[in-house]
Amino acid sequence: MLQVDELFLELDNKTIINGLNLEVKKGEIHGVLGENGTGKTTLAYLIMGVNGYKPTSGKMIFEGKDIGGLSVSQRAQEGISLAWQEPARIEGLTVRDYLSLSGNNPGVKRISECLDMVGMEPLRYLERDIDSTLSGGERKRIELASIMAMQPRLAILDEPDSGIDIVSLPILLSGILELNRQGSSILMITHSEQMVEIAHRVSVLCAGSILRTGPPEEMSSWFKDNCQSCAHINEPMLEALSELIKKGKNDD
Amino acid sequence: MISGSIEEEYEGMVEAYEKAGGDKDSLADKDIAKLVVHENRVLSADEVSGIKLETKETENGVDIRFLIEEGVKVKKPVHLCFGVLPEEGLQEIVLKVNAGDNSEVSVIAHCIFPNAVKVIHKMDADIEIGQNARFDYKETHYHGEFGGIELILKARVKVNKGGVWQSTFALSDGLVGKMDYDFEVFCEEDSVAELIVKAYGKGEDDIKILEKIHLNGEGARGLAKSRLVLSDKAKAEVRGETYGNAPHSRGHVDCIELVNGTEAVATAIPMVSVTNEAAKVTHEAAIGSVDRRQVETLMARGLDEDRAVDVIVKGILR
Repeated sequence: MLQVDELFLELDNKTIINGLNLEVKKGEIHGVLGENGTGKTTLAYLIMGVNGYKPTSGKMIFEGKDIGGLSVSQRAQEGISLAWQEPARIEGLTVRDYLSLSGNNPGVKRISECLDMVGMEPLRYLERDIDSTLSGGERKRIELASIMAMQPRLAILDEPDSGIDIVSLPILLSGILELNRQGSSILMITHSEQMVEIAHRVSVLCAGSILRTGPPEEMSSWFKDNCQSCAHINEPMLEALSELIKKGKNDD
Repeated sequence: MISGSIEEEYEGMVEAYEKAGGDKDSLADKDIAKLVVHENRVLSADEVSGIKLETKETENGVDIRFLIEEGVKVKKPVHLCFGVLPEEGLQEIVLKVNAGDNSEVSVIAHCIFPNAVKVIHKMDADIEIGQNARFDYKETHYHGEFGGIELILKARVKVNKGGVWQSTFALSDGLVGKMDYDFEVFCEEDSVAELIVKAYGKGEDDIKILEKIHLNGEGARGLAKSRLVLSDKAKAEVRGETYGNAPHSRGHVDCIELVNGTEAVATAIPMVSVTNEAAKVTHEAAIGSVDRRQVETLMARGLDEDRAVDVIVKGILR
């Protein structure tokens, strides 16, 4: 469904994404697991086409189409959407309005179902503004609900668990599974091994490169052993990164 | 130029009122107090139990005394409709309001100038809110696309002990023209004042807003809030002033101006003053272009950029 080939991004003479290769298959939940500063959100922005994030080189092919030159709107119209890590708050826009804008003209019934799926009582939230009166966790859940209302072909979820309390986490996970069951492929970007347990496949990201891809349990274990204890976290030296990539390939 | 019988003028006003978003049926409802004024003529004045609307036509407008009797809680909003339908004209409204103690009323005012090329509309209001009374005032303007209007709106409001004054002024359809909005509120003990102004300046609109709140009684609270969007060559100056003069009084000035384009000019001057050590007054003002992250959030749902900006602007002015 999505093929990312040899993607590079340089900003201010710094390589942020470094020859990244990634494939998201149709119907799968694909986790991207990485520590802070490894390029997770940048990858999400590149795929969504966010302003200021244009690849230096490389290709992104979605359903056979090169999306590199498309705007955010055009990519959304092709079927890609993003649940932001820190979603914007928009004064005067109610939850009902926001979810209604999310494509497909979902009616109140569908909007209410989507809110239910993320553990939010529709009657309490439908007429609330998505402004600063919402807590961070509430706003995140509304973001996920809006993705559910849109039902994109590919949903990019950037750190969907950040700001979510421990009680709401199982509801969130079951919501993501439901979104997948309803037909959306999911690229879930996270630093949490718990979150990727629901993925079909997981890729480990470090310093803008995918180090390896495999089943969730195996990748989580590899991530724990190699990334969480890595002395070069956030800024791995090139030789250390080469070693990790080599090690990953040898382990295969 | 529209002229003719009172009936014809009334029909013209009702039609314009409906086009401006007003509920035509409410003007026909006998259970609703209402007043319809075209230029200096009172076309309709209906009272309901507990409400008195006394009017006197003057050379250029109408003097109005609006009384809500003590303890009266009016179920349906009172409708006021002022307008000038011809391209040119002057309308001066002098409004005296007295809301009796423990009364409650909601007022919806529509001001309609759909054809204005050279129209001046002045309102001078003197308002007193009784003890524990509640007065909710919403004023919406519709100006058409010619921009030939000058608004001079002045109000002095006294809110007595425990009273509540809430006013919302909205002008987002048509061109504003030239506007000078000057509302000043004096709050006594435990009273509340909330002033909200929302306007969309386009073309060469020139907007001046002054919201002034004096928190003179212990525990009084006030909010001066403004939301403006400016495009083309429009300019706006917003002054929000709040004075905390009594113990435990609390005030806040909150101004957001969005500038859409390179030629519009926005100025915000928040002013806060405290003369009592137990008072607290805060302010925040933000001027800038439409937030890119907000735009892209909506674009990621499939809206094109223009539509996304439109949704954000409408939200700010809602």
